[in-house]
Amino acid sequence: MSDSPDLAKLIFGRLTWDAIPFHEPILLWTFVAVAAGGIALLAALTYFRLWGYLWREWFTSIDHKKIGVMYMVLGLVMLLRGFSDAIMMRMQQAVAFGHVQGFLPPHHYDQIFTAHGVIMIFFVAMPLVTGLMNFVVPLQIGARDVSFPFLNNFSFWMTSAGAALIMMSLFVGEFARTGWLAYPPLSGIAQSPDVGVDYYIWGLQIAGVGTLLSGINLLVTIIKMRAPGMTMMRMPVFTWTALCTNVLIVAAFPVLTAVLGLLALDRYAGTNFFTTTLGGDAMMYVNLIWIWGHPEVYILILPAFGIYSEVVATFSRKRLFGYTSMVYATVVITVLSYLVWLHHFFTMGSGASVNSFFGITTMIISIPTGAKIFNWLFTMYRGRITFEVPMLWTVAFMVTFTIGGMTGVMLAVPPADFALHNSLFLIAHFHNVIIGGVLFGLFAGINYWFPKAFGFRLDPFWGKVSFWFWVVGFYFAFMPLYVLGLMGVTRRLNHFEDPSLQIWFQIAAFGALLIALGIGAMLIQFYVSFRHREALRDHTGDPWGGRTLEWSTSSPPPAYNFAFTPRVHNRDAWWQMKQHNYERPTADFIAIHMPKNTGAGVILGGISTVLGFAMIWHMWPLAVLSFIALLAVAIGHTFNYQRDYHIPADEVSRVEAARSELLANHV
Amino acid sequence: MSAHTEHHDDGHGHDDGASHSTLKGYMTGFVLAAILTAIPFWLVMTGQFEKSSTTAAVVLGLAAVQMIVHMIYFLHMDAKSQGGWNMLALIFTLVMVVITLSGSIWVMYHLDHNMMPSMMDVKSLP
Repeated sequence: MSDSPDLAKLIFGRLTWDAIPFHEPILLWTFVAVAAGGIALLAALTYFRLWGYLWREWFTSIDHKKIGVMYMVLGLVMLLRGFSDAIMMRMQQAVAFGHVQGFLPPHHYDQIFTAHGVIMIFFVAMPLVTGLMNFVVPLQIGARDVSFPFLNNFSFWMTSAGAALIMMSLFVGEFARTGWLAYPPLSGIAQSPDVGVDYYIWGLQIAGVGTLLSGINLLVTIIKMRAPGMTMMRMPVFTWTALCTNVLIVAAFPVLTAVLGLLALDRYAGTNFFTTTLGGDAMMYVNLIWIWGHPEVYILILPAFGIYSEVVATFSRKRLFGYTSMVYATVVITVLSYLVWLHHFFTMGSGASVNSFFGITTMIISIPTGAKIFNWLFTMYRGRITFEVPMLWTVAFMVTFTIGGMTGVMLAVPPADFALHNSLFLIAHFHNVIIGGVLFGLFAGINYWFPKAFGFRLDPFWGKVSFWFWVVGFYFAFMPLYVLGLMGVTRRLNHFEDPSLQIWFQIAAFGALLIALGIGAMLIQFYVSFRHREALRDHTGDPWGGRTLEWSTSSPPPAYNFAFTPRVHNRDAWWQMKQHNYERPTADFIAIHMPKNTGAGVILGGISTVLGFAMIWHMWPLAVLSFIALLAVAIGHTFNYQRDYHIPADEVSRVEAARSELLANHV
Repeated sequence: MSAHTEHHDDGHGHDDGASHSTLKGYMTGFVLAAILTAIPFWLVMTGQFEKSSTTAAVVLGLAAVQMIVHMIYFLHMDAKSQGGWNMLALIFTLVMVVITLSGSIWVMYHLDHNMMPSMMDVKSLP
């Protein structure tokens, strides 16, 4: 890059022109498409003069509702990336038989399955779950924001910084070829000397800061900021599951940070924690990462359980059946999720006593989960059910997740696991529970809370189109993998010899195409709903006949959420208020104390991206500079004393009077 | 920074938590902490116990007591602070730490025993 190689090496580290994948046509064309799309987007933003609006109203916002929406946008954008990886793998496996090698060489294919797993878990499921919790929880507990509003904005930008690093790996250098958990010794410096694993480490470490801080934030919010009268056993079930999920985040993510830190030391500083020489043991990595990894899957599924609980009660127009048992089941799952991690590596050689202990704990965890399924069924029993889109997702979940749960119990039997471990049966199982459990729940939640966030409902026709393509596509895509797994086909292969297997992979690829149509229908749904937003407008703030406090506000809620903090006398607080002919307060408003927007989160996130990039490419001077900058901005931010302002009482009166008028005209 | 000065926590909370910090409390804590630091130092320097494993066990035990002293006198934790949440968080943390550590030791002992070729075995191979 320069005449003097030493200077270039000092500044650019390992980064040379060779890192740009000119020789890989797929990547090159993807890059061209992404660059063209990106430039078009930037040009459009500039042309419509949206930069100032975005910066003031969104990027620097510390309103929990807007941060929640930004998390959702991040999750949906990354879903497109993660899904394009998925469909490339499905196409490759459908064609690469015998002498046909397919279009993805192993070197590239390995990066794709790694990126698919990492992106789908860390940058799709986690942002979507965090986004929904961020948006819904303060509204459900009658609070005006989270406990630490700036921290919330900072968390979002750290998550985005991690996502940006992972995306960069597509076009600058390459991503890990290790599988989504980067087991050593494959991920060690000897086997993976290139930048792939470093992208993985720094992307996850930076995003992990965001996840941990947002976990602490929501945990404190739920414990300290509930409206008066909302005792623990009066909290909405979604808030309960959010509480347990954030407890899991706070307890589990430090383990991930520590184990990735040790791996980074092995790669950067020449330590031997996981190298099998000089006393290291790669099996310790597997043990530690699953101590984080198993709670992680409950971090994802518990909020989805909460969404189903809200949706089922609302659309059955009944109180949730067995609230208390639902809460206890959630808490039991929270604790048990720490007692099962070894079932991810039964085959590593622990022996009979250890394997049977963890096999039995794993089977026990299906009991509280089964109790939840029965609670939802009994809530529906004799309810006045309306099959709106969120309810459809919930019903599909109950069927699909039950299948996934049963195959999970099969895998929990250690002798069976010896046959099924790392086979496509396992792949089918965890997609069965993550798509059929987490993703269906998130889609139910998006359709359910969208009117609250934007003031208009999502178009139900395209919602149903998306629903049917997704559900049917899911069964086509993953049921063949159960069959293949039972026949002994292992995961992560990019080429097969036995032509008799091909038909199953072709069915699976067909399923993936149906899912692609489902995603397309969802995008159309957003577009159509936006076009028809006046017809779909929600004037009441309570489009579904909701039961919890978020439906007592206008849609979208005012910046301060509640003009007066509501008082809670029962579970299903809003339902009970409606039963008792609750009158909105319309006078005597007082000024509301609110936190002020700040750009510090965006700046810290941006510097963290640079820091991560510098560490990945061994650009030491840049790494030192950006680290100092990071500290300076963080410390500088603590001297910012203009952090709050008051919404004047007149302004509150004006907003509330406008709502009164709206309600009078439309109800 | 909080926008929520008018919010209360769940009805327990006039007192925002901590037991009151007094000079006497801090001095008691300081003296206890100093004694609990001095004893291990003395044990190691003078070699009171013949077996080093006994010394290690006593030192670790004193370290655990030291942690409790810090929590009571410096962090002002008791069973009632923050409406009991501190105690609950502490118990949960202990359960998690015990599960993680004892589970890892148990699992890794088995894995090490079953799977790792020890240096002795390699050397004794023909």
